[in-house]
Amino acid sequence: MTTEVGSETEVKKEPEKAEEQPAEPERSAINQTDEVKVVEAAEQSNESPALATDSAEAKENQEAQPADNATGPEGEEPPASPPASEKKGISRFLPPWLKRQKSQSVVGPKESQVTPKEEGGVVLVNGEGEKAEQAKAEQTSSTTTAEPQVEEEQVNGEAEPEQKEEVNSEEHAENHSTGSAETQPAKEEKASEKSQEKSAAEEEKKETEEGGEKKDQEESLKPEGGRYFIKSPLKLTKKVKMVMCHVIMLDGSQFPCEVEKRAKGQYLFFKVCEALNLLEKDYFGLSYKNADQMCWLDPTKEIKRQICNPSWQLAFNVKFYPPDPSQLTEDITRYLLCLQLRQDIVSGRLPCSFVTHSLLGSYSLQAELGDHDPDEQRLDYISDFQFAPSQTKEMEEKVVELHKTHRGMTPAQADTQFLENAKKLSMYGVDLHHAKDSEGVDIMLGVCANGLLIYKDRLRINRFAWPKILKISYKRSNFYIKIRPGETEQFESTVGFKLPNHRSAKRVWKVCVENHTFFRLMTQEAPTKAKFLTLGSKFRYSGRTQAQTRQASTLIDRPAPYFERTSSKRISRSLDGAPVINMIEAQDSAPTSVGNGREPGLELSSDSSKRSPPPTTQEPLSDLTVDTVSKSSDDKQKSDETTLQAAEVEIEETVVVEKIRVAPKGSVTITTPEVVVTPVAVETEVEKPEEEVIEEVIEEVKEEQKRPVSVSSDSHSESEEEAGEYHPQVTVSTSVEQIKEEPEEEEKEEVDNHEEPEQVSEPEPLPEVEVETMPSPAVVEETPMAEPETALVVDAPAEEERTEDILVTPEEAPNGHAEDQPGLVAVEEEEEEEEPRVNGDASHAETERIPQVICCSEPPVVKTEMVTISDTFAAQKTEIATKEVPIVHTETKTITYEAAQLDGSGDGEPGILMTAQTITSESLCTTTTTHITKTLKGGLSETRIEKRIVITGDSDIDHDQALAQAIKEAKEQHPDMSVTRVVVHKETELAEEGED
Amino acid sequence: MASVLPYGRFTHAVVRGIPETFGKVEDEKNNKVENGETTMDLAKAQRQFGVLTGALRQKVGLQLIEIPADPELPESWRIEDVAVIQGDTALITRPFKQQRRSETEAVRRVMSELNLTVVEMGAEEGGSAGATLEGSDVLFTGREFFVGISSHTNYRGAEVLADTFRDFAVSTVPVCGGARLKNICSMGGPDTIIISNSDGAKKTLRMMEQLTDHHYEVLTVPEGAAANCVYVRGPSKVDYLLHPPTEECPESFPAFQKLTDYTLLPTACSEASKLGGSLTSFCLLINRKTYY
Repeated sequence: MTTEVGSETEVKKEPEKAEEQPAEPERSAINQTDEVKVVEAAEQSNESPALATDSAEAKENQEAQPADNATGPEGEEPPASPPASEKKGISRFLPPWLKRQKSQSVVGPKESQVTPKEEGGVVLVNGEGEKAEQAKAEQTSSTTTAEPQVEEEQVNGEAEPEQKEEVNSEEHAENHSTGSAETQPAKEEKASEKSQEKSAAEEEKKETEEGGEKKDQEESLKPEGGRYFIKSPLKLTKKVKMVMCHVIMLDGSQFPCEVEKRAKGQYLFFKVCEALNLLEKDYFGLSYKNADQMCWLDPTKEIKRQICNPSWQLAFNVKFYPPDPSQLTEDITRYLLCLQLRQDIVSGRLPCSFVTHSLLGSYSLQAELGDHDPDEQRLDYISDFQFAPSQTKEMEEKVVELHKTHRGMTPAQADTQFLENAKKLSMYGVDLHHAKDSEGVDIMLGVCANGLLIYKDRLRINRFAWPKILKISYKRSNFYIKIRPGETEQFESTVGFKLPNHRSAKRVWKVCVENHTFFRLMTQEAPTKAKFLTLGSKFRYSGRTQAQTRQASTLIDRPAPYFERTSSKRISRSLDGAPVINMIEAQDSAPTSVGNGREPGLELSSDSSKRSPPPTTQEPLSDLTVDTVSKSSDDKQKSDETTLQAAEVEIEETVVVEKIRVAPKGSVTITTPEVVVTPVAVETEVEKPEEEVIEEVIEEVKEEQKRPVSVSSDSHSESEEEAGEYHPQVTVSTSVEQIKEEPEEEEKEEVDNHEEPEQVSEPEPLPEVEVETMPSPAVVEETPMAEPETALVVDAPAEEERTEDILVTPEEAPNGHAEDQPGLVAVEEEEEEEEPRVNGDASHAETERIPQVICCSEPPVVKTEMVTISDTFAAQKTEIATKEVPIVHTETKTITYEAAQLDGSGDGEPGILMTAQTITSESLCTTTTTHITKTLKGGLSETRIEKRIVITGDSDIDHDQALAQAIKEAKEQHPDMSVTRVVVHKETELAEEGED
Repeated sequence: MASVLPYGRFTHAVVRGIPETFGKVEDEKNNKVENGETTMDLAKAQRQFGVLTGALRQKVGLQLIEIPADPELPESWRIEDVAVIQGDTALITRPFKQQRRSETEAVRRVMSELNLTVVEMGAEEGGSAGATLEGSDVLFTGREFFVGISSHTNYRGAEVLADTFRDFAVSTVPVCGGARLKNICSMGGPDTIIISNSDGAKKTLRMMEQLTDHHYEVLTVPEGAAANCVYVRGPSKVDYLLHPPTEECPESFPAFQKLTDYTLLPTACSEASKLGGSLTSFCLLINRKTYY
């Protein structure tokens, strides 16, 4: 392959040059380097295939690499294409350092996942990497702001200082030529990899990681990167390595599917869903076994990186058991869920009583066989079916007896009945994991839609509903949950569990994160951006949430697809360990047929036959779909808002959505022991041009960070891989219970410093107000203001974002307000210094709002010194170096939309303040402040509860969505509360929105 | 799970008569408890028993099965302890007191006659060795079981119960503020738990609330004795609540009146309560309707 690559690269180069004239100067340099690389690649290629395949396995260190290089030439194989072979010869003469450099450089830019082990393998692979590079060079327009980002990546990867230096030097040489800055920010590994490839230096790095598989990846990546268009089709077809996956379907059949070796999980998953003709696929997933542990295939990652077993054996399973299956849209989805549950029952995962076994079995019979036929169906027909882990004659008789009673029921109805009964089982959808409690007692952790269940033997001994959980984390083989304090408790507590090993701890953590996100949140959390010194796993559930998938399901508009129910006999056989009968058939029919039981005529399955080189098949990227979905749900929410606003105001709720670039949420965790700051990393960061921090801030941050660092000295090395944290968004859960909670001071402080949650503390009870709409004109006015601001901004990158923000603003405001009551609305703009916020100052401009007055005035724009933490910088929050902290001028706007105060309920009302209580709870990006005031007025005591919700987000957050969601959630919790105020607060880099 | 109906749909009640040995300490050691100040009024106890059974049969409309009293078994009237019944499965328990274990024989027979699937707790040795369970520590809500870990019921016993009723979540809770779980709480409706106002009971309730996936209405009564009631939704689709009369629990009556559309049946059990018994102690409630 390497030889081929080399030739190809050359070919490509020329056309590229022609195309990209501006880039030429750089290019030429690059090209040279490329050639060299190619040669190397050719040499090394011999070994590369083997190493490439198992990059993870290669444990050679960089030191070992030179040796490898030397070996490479010896092992030369006959090159596929003559030119390549020539190069090989040349390559031998190349100075070893050149090769080495490249390989090392590879390490730096690599994503955090890259480990030294992988590096070893990289060297060999270089040849391929070069190809990629060249391709990049050719195809990419060379505009590059890539450098800074590259650095970041390096940082992320925890690259060693030495490596970094090398990389830098290389970068200087090749510098902007190849890197496309835009691609790098992309979260997905592939994207990042590609971007890296663009820069020649980086290319090699990637290769090291990914080895010979790059080609495959390229193809799979195609949809993502525009460059691939340019590539010659020949190349693609030739070089794709295909791997045969075997997916065991829920009916026990095997679905063979050929995928590119570099394909991501979602590719295979979509293939499977396509074969099944399944639209409501978000409840499902692919699982595989690694070392006897059942794991879920991460759709966003390459399959080969996840599956350790060589056979690529997977299973299609229900991942999220819908609590109410009747809400599923399609029968086929229910059918698949039934199949899963039958498996669960037969395997004993879902324990049932005798009666339930019998009843569920009878529904299965009805669904598969139809009405009971007394003539044909003797009792023994039934013993082919399996209804329970161990089934008795008595049970079979009972099943038949019940089956008779289902006469006339359609298969779909029988499935529905089956599910209606199965869903009530206490272990329905509970994913059990062995663990030990703090005292070493064997327990089971059960993760389900509602939260985390703790079992001892069969007994439920504790339960932590998602709303009770503030944080989920794991470290080494320990799994922790931080519990919201109960009514009588003052402080949150952390409960730890010991799992058999690190992997199982991470697995539980992941499952928790996924289940929480799926069932509890309206939208999935924005994935944390590439961070400096990533703290723990960045894993987040990336699929749709249940809310989203339900929303999406409503759009399903197709005639109920025909599907054939397979007899559960097969299930039982396959479970018995006998090979699935259908396997052979399925394989024969190869890609086309999904397996037995499917009709060949199905359109989808025939589509799948085209599969062989399916570069574009990926197009239904989950992300994209999700976006649209979430948008639609947004709209829904907005409409909800409107209705909600009409409600009587009993309680004031403030919803402040704050957009903050500064800190990606993940960094909030700084105080936790897991966080480790590596000195090396700090240095790099300091040098970054993008860092703009006020010294004060830095100092503060530093102080805070020091603690964790010292504490965690031992966890250093492990922190990245072994620790993960997840802060459930508790917004939804803010309920009456929360009111009694004590403020979580510790967390708050931390969060304040880093995330700048705005706590609008308003001691005085707000008057009851009808929800006001802010006049749209006011919003419009905002826009002009914003532009000047932009101009003032020193930060170039920041500018772009600002403008975006500004544009967004006008839209946001109107969303929340359907009615205009100009008379009652007070619009106020305020400017704030950002600095205090960064430091954790809770003060907010809201206090200045002028009730009952409409002021649409535009306050003067004030330039403030602020700490601008750009996205890139945000990652490194942990480490803010004192050096080179430019002062950035920033503007802050606060727009307050306030409902008029009703006479009866205003602050001014004479009364005796009985009690006042402020309770703050917070989660990752939400801070809920609840004020409870009891006032005594003329013998009547009035209790007023105000709740202020501050949502903190980074730039990724969609204002509208966040705001709408916050409002909706608040409304759901307190239908009788109403939103009385909206505060939109934006700072150059920050934006807030609030609603009262 | 098809068998899952809202709590309270009963068709049969099994009771056992008050023996002449009622209140007589079958066990020498319990002098301290039974001795002295409270003298048991056998006649009154039997009268109260008669009123209770009469209410169940005449008013609520249950089919009543009365197992004759056995003088050899002075506590046999607490029939609740010796079996836990859900759906058509009856788990015959192993009471804490050795002497009470022979009470199960008659109950087992009746369960079989009612065509219930009888499950034994198992031999004294083996898997369930040492397991003790008494029905008065078991609160079945229609959706799940709570098992109070008390002096009479241990974890092993709860495990056996969980193994028997696999469809349901079985949660263990500490019993605070009373000797038995049913002393501090009982079902007052399909989704209603009646609980006493004591601190201990609140603590237990909090635990129950934490452990459950469901939401229950909670009816708090000021007197501990009032926390034990018998709720039945009779064949006539009327909600009946047998509760201690105002003479015994004067302050709790208003609480019961909050239960709208209920037919309240004040039923005295003052004699039994002297022995730690309560209304639910007297009967095993069964639903023998077929569900399918």
